[in-house]
Amino acid sequence: MTTNEIISPENLVYTKTKVLNDTPMHYCPGCSHGVVHKLIAEIIEEMDFQDKTIGIAPVGCAVFAYKYLDIDWQQAAHGRAPALATAVKRLLPDRLVFTYQGDGDLAAIGTAETIHAANRGENIAIIFINNGIYGMTGGQMAPTTLLGMKSSTSPNGRTAPLNGNPLDITKLLAQLEGTCYVTRQSVHNVASVRKTKKAIRKAFENSMEGKGTSVVEVVSTCNSGWKLSPAASNDWMVENMFPAYPICDLKDL
Amino acid sequence: MAKIKGAVVVNIERCKGCNLCVVACPSNVLALNKEANSKGYNYSIMVDPDSCVGCAACAYVCPDACITVYKVRV
Repeated sequence: MTTNEIISPENLVYTKTKVLNDTPMHYCPGCSHGVVHKLIAEIIEEMDFQDKTIGIAPVGCAVFAYKYLDIDWQQAAHGRAPALATAVKRLLPDRLVFTYQGDGDLAAIGTAETIHAANRGENIAIIFINNGIYGMTGGQMAPTTLLGMKSSTSPNGRTAPLNGNPLDITKLLAQLEGTCYVTRQSVHNVASVRKTKKAIRKAFENSMEGKGTSVVEVVSTCNSGWKLSPAASNDWMVENMFPAYPICDLKDL
Repeated sequence: MAKIKGAVVVNIERCKGCNLCVVACPSNVLALNKEANSKGYNYSIMVDPDSCVGCAACAYVCPDACITVYKVRV
């Protein structure tokens, strides 16, 4: 059987979901954002929620998320996505509301909004992309940058006396009464992509069941900011990011 | 014994040549083409189509959702 004979609709195993539109994504080649966008789109299609989902886009590389997923979007001021999501979910409680934020958005400028929304137990899902760097603005140090990790504002590596310690905000959010599900995942291989998809789906279902705030951290790569190839970034992440940000469920009520 | 044969179709213009599918493929079916697409990226192609089992590992890890996978029992 030739390749051309195999390529026919009845043999289809995997194709791009329709929730993800045909606009080419602006992300760098190999960026983890694309995988997470794809997973969110697939879950929305599987849940048949395309008309009932409102995403809150952050400031950061994912600011243009509204161009790629064919659902309703709001774009928040820097770090204010959980506050905006609170308003949207309270006004339209039958909708699925999620925020999509990077570490600079969620763990730096938006720390207050994130912690208070989670503490109030708003029925939203927070997707947190943690690559330990400010990708969009040129690889500056973020709160989640590892000790010793080089960035454009810590060219000799981050040190605790000068720059403070890395902030494990997901662990912090797990302590709060309002959160029902806090997990840390990654998307560097097939198994981890499947697990992350399950985690995001669970977060979405929790928010529709009114259980409280769900947080899914995705430990990600920023190969441009890290100055590595996409494949080497994945290896670097496994070696260096996972010891500091271990993949596990931190809370599951 | 039934044999499984697969095939992948890469959306050439959408592919950014990140090489993650090449690394993910357990059967070494994929490689980056020497020729580039209109944006200058060396897109992914099947260099060993006979080895493809249609496991879709390439499609799962593709950040740009440009891989479609087909599979058939022969």
